[in-house]
Amino acid sequence: MNLAERILDGDRKAVATLITLVENNSPESIKQLSILHSHCGNAHVIGVTGAPGCGKSTLIGKLTTEYRKLGKKVGIISIDPTSPFTGGAFLGDRIRMQEHFTDKDIFIRSMGSRGSLGGIAKSTADTVKILDAFGKDIIFIETIGAGQADVEIAKIALTLLVVTMPGSGDDVQAIKAGILEIGDVFVINKADIPGTEQAELYLEQMLNLTSYPAEKWKPRVMKTSASLNTGITELADAIQSHMEYLKKSGEIGAKLREKTRLEFMALVKQNITRYILEHVIKKGELEEIVERIIKQQIDPYSAADELVEKIFSE
Amino acid sequence: MNRKIRVLVAKVGLNGHDRGAKVVARALRDAGMEVIYTGLHLTPEQVVETAIQEDVDVIGVSILSGAHMVLFMRLQELLKENKMDNILILCGGVIPEDDASKLEDIGIDKIFGPGTNTKEIVNFIVSKVKK
Repeated sequence: MNLAERILDGDRKAVATLITLVENNSPESIKQLSILHSHCGNAHVIGVTGAPGCGKSTLIGKLTTEYRKLGKKVGIISIDPTSPFTGGAFLGDRIRMQEHFTDKDIFIRSMGSRGSLGGIAKSTADTVKILDAFGKDIIFIETIGAGQADVEIAKIALTLLVVTMPGSGDDVQAIKAGILEIGDVFVINKADIPGTEQAELYLEQMLNLTSYPAEKWKPRVMKTSASLNTGITELADAIQSHMEYLKKSGEIGAKLREKTRLEFMALVKQNITRYILEHVIKKGELEEIVERIIKQQIDPYSAADELVEKIFSE
Repeated sequence: MNRKIRVLVAKVGLNGHDRGAKVVARALRDAGMEVIYTGLHLTPEQVVETAIQEDVDVIGVSILSGAHMVLFMRLQELLKENKMDNILILCGGVIPEDDASKLEDIGIDKIFGPGTNTKEIVNFIVSKVKK
């Protein structure tokens, strides 16, 4: 059996092996992903973003416990930053979910960002597909947690949780661009510490600056304490409400269309570029052009135009 | 290919002294590896399940409590059961010399005791893990 077949058969090791191949850009992964594609589409993909230290991992752990009570199978992808200097990474999200390690219906994978900007890794989207085809009902993606710029997650999650905590800033912070624009549910975690009411007020004031038509989803503000295990059931209910809204409004179809389009276009661009670099451009040709640019014989814009014209006229 | 060496660092059993494990984890990170740091009080079952899901190349276990023989034997049993023979198993902590050879007999690849230079650990892993 190939990897895809083993995954559809319920083999955890095959899942782990394929994820590794995807992370390593291995060509064999493409064939397996093609096979798995038609088995995707069942999972509720929930993105969890927010600044470092807000309790994302712990919160995911507690939500997972809720979902397990409902008999749901859960996948968790946790991304931590890869050092731009050494290429290494300290993957320390899983440590907050120790109680779930031996539950065979929970699959947790830690990954380094490996140079990707925007909060997730290049292989995250494909890893979601693998876990989806494997049969997970819920898939959590925990972003790096760099803060306001972690927006790539919006392209692959159906429901996005933005986690914050009391004392994270004032009303001006609350209206800056970035993750605060894309949240479906805002979660004030560590709601047991002082400053919670203030944080709630700032978020609600920010949301009130936008007008939401009655038929659209108005982002909710929830309060939780993951470590004290409070507010978790209410949060799970809010997530479920969002999913029901997506289905009822048809927005789920629009999101899928956009996601599919972006992914397909990215693959097309990647394949075209690779084909041209491997088969069309001659060895050393690009370096020659770089030399001419350095010697001021040509500017880079004209050089690029010339090259493309040459490629397509041949 | 963008292959990285993935290392699981765990403290198994009741022992809570984790400074050494953290120092090693940081050194491996600085050497370009992806370190899955799983913290304290893990059972061998938790270690093996994590190793499966994270598809690790190396498992590094730190034990200073004296329970190493029992815990490592259980770990080896589970690894064999799950057909995970390609993983490098390293051991840190306080291991008496008499037990060191017994551990090597049951398949622990190397013991790095107190005072080991982290470079030695990095070099050992790099030389043994097949890319």
